[in-house]
Amino acid sequence: MKAETRSRLEGALKAKGDLKLVAYIMAGHPSKKRSIEVGKRLAASGIAALEIGIPHSDPLADGPVIQRAGQTALAHGMTVAGAIEVAEAVARDGVPVVLMTYINPVLSYDPRKFAAEAAQAGVAGVIIPDLPIEEAEPITGWIRSASLDTVLMVAPTSPPERIANICSHSSGFVYCVTVTGITGIRKDLPDGVLELLAEVKKHTTLPVAAGFGISRQDHLKALRGKLDAAVVGSAIVDEIERAGDGVSLVRELLKACR
Amino acid sequence: MSRGALTHPVDGRFGAFGGQYVPETLMSALQELEDMWHEAKADPQFQLELAGHRRAFIGRPTPLYAATRIGDHFGGTHIHFKREDLCHTGAHKLNNAVGQALLALRMGKKRIIAETGAGQHGVATATVCARFGIRDWVTNVRTTHYIIGSVVGPHPYPEMVRDLQRVIGDEAREQYMSLDGKLPDVVVACVGGGSNAIGIFTAFLDDRDVSLVGVEAAGKGIRSGEHAASLVGGRPGVLHGSYSYVLQDGDGQILPTHSISAGLDYPGVGPEHAFLREIERVEYVAVSDKDALAAFKLCTRLEGIIPALEPSHAIHHAGVIARELGPGGRILVCLSGRGDKDMDSIPTKSEAEAVTSRGPLDVDEG
Repeated sequence: MKAETRSRLEGALKAKGDLKLVAYIMAGHPSKKRSIEVGKRLAASGIAALEIGIPHSDPLADGPVIQRAGQTALAHGMTVAGAIEVAEAVARDGVPVVLMTYINPVLSYDPRKFAAEAAQAGVAGVIIPDLPIEEAEPITGWIRSASLDTVLMVAPTSPPERIANICSHSSGFVYCVTVTGITGIRKDLPDGVLELLAEVKKHTTLPVAAGFGISRQDHLKALRGKLDAAVVGSAIVDEIERAGDGVSLVRELLKACR
Repeated sequence: MSRGALTHPVDGRFGAFGGQYVPETLMSALQELEDMWHEAKADPQFQLELAGHRRAFIGRPTPLYAATRIGDHFGGTHIHFKREDLCHTGAHKLNNAVGQALLALRMGKKRIIAETGAGQHGVATATVCARFGIRDWVTNVRTTHYIIGSVVGPHPYPEMVRDLQRVIGDEAREQYMSLDGKLPDVVVACVGGGSNAIGIFTAFLDDRDVSLVGVEAAGKGIRSGEHAASLVGGRPGVLHGSYSYVLQDGDGQILPTHSISAGLDYPGVGPEHAFLREIERVEYVAVSDKDALAAFKLCTRLEGIIPALEPSHAIHHAGVIARELGPGGRILVCLSGRGDKDMDSIPTKSEAEAVTSRGPLDVDEG
């Protein structure tokens, strides 16, 4: 069973008649300094949590926008240690920060050192998309013993028994991938998302968040009341790429959340 | 030791290596693939069908060829080539593509995707799509089968591709034994992802007196950093869904690689190779671009066989082993593909060395 006390992420993402918004930025995109600035502005824009990506050379779950951001960040020298510094600077402002990266940079850094330093930096949780439940231990155990949440993902292709298993091992929230492909900006929410969310809700009391392909007010209106939070990634990263900061987009989207 | 090797993978792992480091989206497809592959493998009807396509479409069994002129050149060694270059489409890749296409049909998958980095696997995949009337096109996880071309990627791919490529070694061992009832001293194969090597090694794993040597691409030299030798010059990590040896920087970012041969130019290696190295059943070495080119020319000139640049690395190392074994040594080389695909690049690259005449390379391909 889960601990009696709610984690920071759990508390921040649980909907209370509204829909919470989670924003995503890539550490070091377009530069370390700028990603800290943008992260701080987003943190103050009304979001419930901020995901900060640590760039990887082989981002197999990411679409073109986030891939490009990762390449830019790597070309400008972003590292795992540098991304933890970005997270620390943004987390200082009080928003719960979730680090999102792939397993190889974590393995290379040493998962225990990574967990300890992330916790020290004030990070609330970690998402590793290429670490499915079969491969999760001992790595997620180490991360959790540093008092960080380990957010696991369910997909439209996950059968109900897997969804139950993933929900029982996730902490902070459960991340619903809404499409069978990669991240990116899409016009419509894919078919079957609401059914998937209903299935996930059966298996957990944790907040449930949906991500991958969410970028518009009508997406959020359709989701409100069906889950706790929505993650907006590529649409914000796209604005950052075009020298924006995503804040006005977040404010627009928040109108559909209340 | 090697008896244990044959029973792997266990729970998707070869010792510590392998696994399924992929997004949740792919997990149920991998589970389905594993179930279907184990079912197909045990089905005599599937095996019969596969055997028929191997015979009539791929052109198996491929010959075992005594490379006597190269053997004499190496000082009186008995060198044999397993002629995978004589497979339809010119390389061992079709062994795998045919098997996976049959499996895709059995699973009711209407579409196929494949990675085409080295070309030969892309050709093999397009070929089976034509042969079996499957569309070669990307769509979604539920309707598409991804034909991975080597013993890499998440479980069950390394196991499945091994099972489909082991026909190389099964045939070669029988053919070799029928010569004089004895086994080779050494079996040599090139290793990129490592499918032809696993294919020929598997049959010999239990033959403790047979040394097995995998040859990676040293490119411009291991110290130059411009190479593709994951086992010789890399360290353990996760690439493309499995835990194995990877060429990566200190922060876990995958490094660019270099090899004159596209088929070896890969920053990872199959997890079973990492395991076979760890248990010291197979030795892994690396051969440079320059040495591979020299072996390419030697083989073309002395045997009238144009090897692909990939197995040219193995041929060069066979020469090194021949000198160690002395006259009478017995070496089996996996000639994994033919070299006419490399003809465009070779003259210019070797001209840069400005040493040898172009004579042996002026081959009429028509």
